[in-house]
Amino acid sequence: MSEPSREDIVLDRIEAFRRRRPRLLEEAVNSAHGAGGKASAALIDAVFLEAFRNDTLAPMADGALLPLPSGERLAFSTDSFVVKPLRFPGGSIGHLAVHGTVNDVAMMGGIPQWISAAFVLEEGFPIAELREIVADMAEAAAAAGVQIVTGDTKVVNKGAADGVYISTAGVGVVPAGVELGADKVQPGDKVIVSGRIGDHGIAVMLARGELGITADVESDTAPLGELVQVLLAAAPNTRWLRDPTRGGVATVCNELAKTSELHVSLDEAALPVQNAVNGACEILGIDALYVANEGKFVAVVPAAETDAALAALRAHPLGEKAAVIGEIREEPPGIVIINTVFGGTRIVDMLVGDPLPRIC
Amino acid sequence: MKFVDEYRDPAAARMAIAEITALGGDDHLKFMEVCGGHTHTIYKHGIENVLPESIELVHGPGCPVCVIPMGRVDDGIAIAETPGVIFTSFGDMMRVPGSNGNLLEAKARGADVRMVYSPLDALRIARDNPDRQVVFFAIGFETTAPSTAVTLLKAREAGIMNFSVFGNHVLIVPPLRAILDSPDLRLNGFIGPGHVSTVIGNRPYRFVPAEYGLPLVTAGFEPLDILQAIVMLLRQIREGRCEVENQYARAVRDEGNLKALSILREVFEVRPHFEWRGLGFISQSALKLTEAFAPWDAELRYSVPGVRVADPKACQCGEVLKGVIKPWDCKVFGTACTPETPIGTCMVSSEGACAAYYNYGRFTKATRIPVRSA
Repeated sequence: MSEPSREDIVLDRIEAFRRRRPRLLEEAVNSAHGAGGKASAALIDAVFLEAFRNDTLAPMADGALLPLPSGERLAFSTDSFVVKPLRFPGGSIGHLAVHGTVNDVAMMGGIPQWISAAFVLEEGFPIAELREIVADMAEAAAAAGVQIVTGDTKVVNKGAADGVYISTAGVGVVPAGVELGADKVQPGDKVIVSGRIGDHGIAVMLARGELGITADVESDTAPLGELVQVLLAAAPNTRWLRDPTRGGVATVCNELAKTSELHVSLDEAALPVQNAVNGACEILGIDALYVANEGKFVAVVPAAETDAALAALRAHPLGEKAAVIGEIREEPPGIVIINTVFGGTRIVDMLVGDPLPRIC
Repeated sequence: MKFVDEYRDPAAARMAIAEITALGGDDHLKFMEVCGGHTHTIYKHGIENVLPESIELVHGPGCPVCVIPMGRVDDGIAIAETPGVIFTSFGDMMRVPGSNGNLLEAKARGADVRMVYSPLDALRIARDNPDRQVVFFAIGFETTAPSTAVTLLKAREAGIMNFSVFGNHVLIVPPLRAILDSPDLRLNGFIGPGHVSTVIGNRPYRFVPAEYGLPLVTAGFEPLDILQAIVMLLRQIREGRCEVENQYARAVRDEGNLKALSILREVFEVRPHFEWRGLGFISQSALKLTEAFAPWDAELRYSVPGVRVADPKACQCGEVLKGVIKPWDCKVFGTACTPETPIGTCMVSSEGACAAYYNYGRFTKATRIPVRSA
């Protein structure tokens, strides 16, 4: 094949350009900056990381790993919750606030123990509704084995917030011997997802009632602390863990590919997606790989420990549908490719912002 | 999802690919898929990776979002920023750049921009907010135009006067003709649009074989549909035939959807000319609201800049669309024009030929299956 060299020159230029740090071009924040994709990464990089840069923040994981003078390590994470509607099939903002926080600590390998909760309330918000949300939080905390130990309350003028926002932080101790990180990932490792994907995002989208479609889909919101310990017991050399919330499995796999400088190869046929979610995605023109989850993790485990990991996960009620969805390879580095059911391949890129429905 | 699985069967795909490989021979053949929905299927299922190297797919101008010129986006944003207006739009229009940003940025500046799935949702918003003006950004080919038309009929019937439509509906045949008229065209056939054809039927494409001597096969949107259409194109070429064929018979009738067509005629008339991003002005290529619907015509109700914003001179989208040059031949490709800062049509949509090449080029080049090379 006598390929003109201009193609190679252009490809090299693109490659160099893509390796550069994300650029923040906008002058004002827009919704894409909160969607967990490229725009979010650009904002975090250009604004927050630029100002706060330090060694603990540098790995940009779900939380921070803090070494204590005793030699133990603390996993510390923070999150905020602005979901609309406040209540959706399978849960509420109260459940989410606890699960989201607990799960970020769990993804660091920590055993979640304590969380904080700060409330921003809009004038006029019904106390009865607040009570329900708080009851959900108490219930979720009890089920997750964590205590809500400190908090804060602020009230803003009507119109300055949308009902209630909840801000949390969580801490937990990381057991000795647990070593997780993208730098531990090696070619040949397997990628596992702990269950069916896309349920939460679709449940919330449908609950907004704007789409005129109904489907029997419930949010998967659940605390993952116990399931992570089950995994770590069965596969003690687990390399990496992440919960695919905003941006879904596609986004966390991209983050993995970029930070590990390895290739993530996914198998479309192996993705556990329930029919109703698949159908809703097909109608809306979005891809389940990019839809949020609130009770799932993506793990990278060594090939030798994969069977044990899968068996252990499937024996737990939250991991029944766990599956190996791909593997880590050396080439081509930094990108995620999915092998389609159809026998083709496509790159699974990071989205710029929210997945926007297609019209045709 | 039983009903789609049968159109995604890997075993059937392998058979179709074997047939394509055999029929294709050593000739390098270029087929254009006109419709953006086909382009999406081709990328989503990795169809280019399973085709022999001798068959090249050229991604045509049928992405309804990316053919909207910058000036019209600017006009839409101007309406959106009019005090009291709720501006409604399909989701994929939100990030299409005008000369000064996109609708998402207008929303961030304070405009009330809402995403809808159907113009009927926009009408519902108008009914629920009688003290606000609700404008629907109508885009798309004959595929989406009937739903806009039905919405306008309902608005008139219910006397909803705080609703209007910013009409940008376009027609599929004129750009097809524009592409065919270009002297440097290098195509061997067309995969005809599917959804559009459910409305207009197959007859309007007869000029393609008759006047330009190229075969056209209307196709469905599942991966097997596309492969089947390629098989049908190749058979025509090998058998020396040149005609319009219908692979998508389960949805497309020769005469189209007569009811939809009559509604279109009632609500819309053809504009004398309309600008297409990347293709320039094409006469009689778009629709506007008829006089009877003037009260619901946002173009008459709002003063918009209406300024034509020229495509940057260096942009060669037209040539890429016509299959004359490759994305990397374009002077601004990968420098001034990137997916983050797109200049032309082909970079705006993630399915545009340039955006796809920008994102997947190195990978595609590395993994292209040289089925026919010795």
